[in-house]
Amino acid sequence: MIHNDLNLILPEIVLSIFAMLILLIGVYRGQDKKTAILTFSTAGLMFVLGVWMIIDTSLSETAFNNMFISDAFSRYAKALILLSSAAVLVMSLGYMLRHNLGRFEYPILIIFSVVGMMFMVSANDLMVLYLGLELQSLALYVVTSMRRESLKSTEAGMKYFVLGALSSGLLLYGASLIYGYSGSTNFQAIIASLDSSSVSLGLMFGMILLVAGLAFKISAVPFHMWTPDVYEGSPTPITAFLSTAPKIAAMALFARVVCDAFYVLIYDWQQVVAIMSVLSMFVGAIAAIGQTNIKRLMAYSSIAHMGYALIGLASGTVLGLQAMLVYMAIYVVMNIGTFAFIMSMERDGQPVTDIGSLTQLGVNQPGRALAMLVLLFSLAGVPPLVGFFGKLYVLRAAYDAGLIWLAVMGVLASVIGAYYYLRLVYLMYFGEKQDASLDVVKSPVLSGFAATAAVVMVVGIINLFGIESAANLAASSLVN
Amino acid sequence: MIGIEHYLTTASILFVIGIFGLFLNRKNVIILLMSIELMLLAVNINLVAFSSYLGDLVGQVFTLFILTVAAAEAAIGLAIIVSFFRNRGTIAVEDVNVMKG
Repeated sequence: MIHNDLNLILPEIVLSIFAMLILLIGVYRGQDKKTAILTFSTAGLMFVLGVWMIIDTSLSETAFNNMFISDAFSRYAKALILLSSAAVLVMSLGYMLRHNLGRFEYPILIIFSVVGMMFMVSANDLMVLYLGLELQSLALYVVTSMRRESLKSTEAGMKYFVLGALSSGLLLYGASLIYGYSGSTNFQAIIASLDSSSVSLGLMFGMILLVAGLAFKISAVPFHMWTPDVYEGSPTPITAFLSTAPKIAAMALFARVVCDAFYVLIYDWQQVVAIMSVLSMFVGAIAAIGQTNIKRLMAYSSIAHMGYALIGLASGTVLGLQAMLVYMAIYVVMNIGTFAFIMSMERDGQPVTDIGSLTQLGVNQPGRALAMLVLLFSLAGVPPLVGFFGKLYVLRAAYDAGLIWLAVMGVLASVIGAYYYLRLVYLMYFGEKQDASLDVVKSPVLSGFAATAAVVMVVGIINLFGIESAANLAASSLVN
Repeated sequence: MIGIEHYLTTASILFVIGIFGLFLNRKNVIILLMSIELMLLAVNINLVAFSSYLGDLVGQVFTLFILTVAAAEAAIGLAIIVSFFRNRGTIAVEDVNVMKG
């Protein structure tokens, strides 16, 4: 019994023990001098575990009295989380060392938050959901304010902390109401106690509060206020991390909760999710127009992208969830490439985030500008690139599920949103001449990541690297 | 006779006070921490009341977990406040405004 249970959470156990081990190594041997080797070994371990999640094809199993579930859906999300975290760790190391942030705690905190995310996507019980969410968030509050001597970074950490704590408060209050009115914290027991014809007000209230708490974590409008400030204030590698792995985990958890525990109430949560999705797409598209800081701009961009992913979730069908999972995978690759580019933006050795510094990049460094051009077009959803197929997928899912108005809104928002991506392209190729231009990139890792992501955006249109079938398997393990 | 509805009412009042404390408070970040704590404790009252009403221990186990996490959360919150104070020289809420938004 216990042997099977432990076997099922082996990846989490391995990661946790590894984190504690390198914490000891960091403290007793070498301290910050060991940061590089610790970060690389962490990334290596995450990569190995991610590959394990991909090749593991066992059926869905539960452990610890149905509290923890391992199925195709959780493995898909875990693979994405682990691989994207490994990529962010590798590409951020150079930046961290150059800008005096090479503390050995960095990989350790990232591991703890990744373990939290793995528990989130495998949660089958409100208690595990909460513990995973908090483990992830607490580690993220700390890394956000990691540049201790910077006012912006600590302020970002403070804002993230206060609003994050508020969201977990809402989520918990919802969880307590759900527990009280359904008599259990287990997702299967909750759905068994539901009766679609007469739902008690308390349960409905609990579900709405739970959804609000989760919407905070994926920064869906109207719970997005923290995103631009936290993205701008935290060090760029941390921003890259915040915009990838935690988003996948929170989105997967959202899907798990509404599909596993509340599928009976689909007509109730569908409206909530659809409205959040429309608001996110439009706020993300319109508010980004006036931004001059590229990290703030990426914050609004990620809000808009979460809106598109929510379209897939709002459909509530296998196709919709599949579209959501495919969209998240594409989004993560695009974001990793874009942030690799942003991390390489430096002038006279100092990092810059002002979009004005991009002017004339197309003339001075054509290769770099071309990679960014492809990534921006893909983010905007311009047809021949992979980003377009992600959007097409979710819109088709909404259309098939009868949410035609939602699909129309999605198209409208993406037209508005294209403006600010194209403005960056315009600046790179046709901006006014300036005296100071960006330094030539010295880091092959960063240019490598940006170029690879750009190539993936072009080559991926052949078959999306077979991710569709994996996403289909994952989606059908959730909705049945 | 005190029934479950009394406990639920108390908890919901405490929870709402906590939320208002977060949004209306303009003075001190420490008060934000207290408001967060108040919200979590309101949830705990809810859970314990439900647990005793349903005759099911899960709610009380959940409460213990929430207490532990709340302690860790407060520790991290205070640590962030300390490093913010070192940079800014104040922890008034209206001074948390270097970035707009």
